Amino acid sequence: MRVDFVHRQSAHCESGVTSSLLQNIGAAKITEPLAFGMGAGLFFAYIPLIKVNNGPAIAFRTFPGLIFKRTCKALGIPIVRKKFSSKAEAEKYLQDALAAGSPVGCQVGVYYLSYFPREYRFHFNAHNLIVFGKEDDNYLISDPIMELPTTLTTYELERVRFAKGALAPKGQIYYPASGVEVTDDTIRKAIKNGIKLNVSNMLNIPGWFAGVNGIKFTGGRIKNWRDSLGLEKSGLYLAQLVRMQEEIGTGGGGFRYMYGAFLQEAHGFLPNEDLLAGSEKFTEAGDLWRTAAVLAAGIYKGRLGSQADFNQMGDYLIEIAEIERKAFTGLKNIKW
Amino acid sequence: MKKEDVPQDLGSLGKITREVCYATDSDGKYTTQLSSGWEVKAQALDLAWQDIDQRVATAKQKVLNKEASPLLFFMEYRLMDASILADYTGFWQWQIKRHLKPEVFDSLSDKKLQKYAEAFNIKVADLKSMNVHES
Repeated sequence: MRVDFVHRQSAHCESGVTSSLLQNIGAAKITEPLAFGMGAGLFFAYIPLIKVNNGPAIAFRTFPGLIFKRTCKALGIPIVRKKFSSKAEAEKYLQDALAAGSPVGCQVGVYYLSYFPREYRFHFNAHNLIVFGKEDDNYLISDPIMELPTTLTTYELERVRFAKGALAPKGQIYYPASGVEVTDDTIRKAIKNGIKLNVSNMLNIPGWFAGVNGIKFTGGRIKNWRDSLGLEKSGLYLAQLVRMQEEIGTGGGGFRYMYGAFLQEAHGFLPNEDLLAGSEKFTEAGDLWRTAAVLAAGIYKGRLGSQADFNQMGDYLIEIAEIERKAFTGLKNIKW
Repeated sequence: MKKEDVPQDLGSLGKITREVCYATDSDGKYTTQLSSGWEVKAQALDLAWQDIDQRVATAKQKVLNKEASPLLFFMEYRLMDASILADYTGFWQWQIKRHLKPEVFDSLSDKKLQKYAEAFNIKVADLKSMNVHES
């Protein structure tokens, strides 16, 4: 059994799954950057109180699940989304959906994801992939970060769908309803809507740990890391920052490049020069995030490590915060 | 980032798949470019694993010194804290903490050991002997 589906590789799992599923039901113009932008995917948060893999909890993107939900909602496409307590029921629902001809998005954990290299397997439970068929005991898998489609046995798929720990997927599956026509007008509305929401998330979110204020705050904290954590631990912390920023799924530069690509594509639908200016700003921010990563690598590889290096690292983030603040303020002031 | 600057440093992922990066072409227009990896992030990942390997080695020594049960070794090896392991096995966290004591662990029933073995994806015999087969 194999449903009609074309594998598309993308940078980020959730925006990739969203774009692939939507293109599959006929919304052919919804590229990955458009899905990312309509879903207001860009974010930043640093939560000092929470530890992930013994390091700081840092996110460059919005909370898992929201990109798919927001994008479909903005485009007026109803979605089916279901979690399960029973593994048998989860399996049956998946088979029924496939039998009805729908490729299905699945939330999975990567720790026991057999086709991932071992180095990438952490207990991260918000990965997304598409199941588009079953042959013998093998489910046909379109993992958006992979160049080619792959397979998982029934047991392997069940294991990752029922991975445990934070954000446990509980067998969650989701897919958009078919038969909805997406017009250019709807796309324009969804783009505006996504930009407005992202502006608000990055500029107006209360507290000091998220949005552009969060980037600035993190910059200030990093300057203290050498004294408060010691060289070895602060190296591990910086490595974690770089991993969250550059690891598979970001499209490079902590999703900033993908957002730059989104604004350019948005300009194709809404010819407003401010969108292009915004795109350039996000390219600049992405470049500076990468410059900071190179310096961080110097520190965690032990080539650098003076207080001046940590100050420089912190200053990079403070500079990035200002670039992104200007970029989002520019987007906020667009007269549509 | 310019398209020609997208790094091509072969890393552990690059051997299995290249990844999509967003970058600009000579006209400043965004496009995608496949990357086989970037040294900077490969090093970040290496460091994370060195830290894990060290934790695993420390745990192994503790087990050999009878300061902890083999559970500690496999928890570090599988990157599981008590909360994740509790979710996988159905035990309470306080039970897991008790089972970390060698004398308590030695008295566990096969049924309980089986639950741990399943969570760690190993055999019960390996659980007791700290044998690791897979990469």
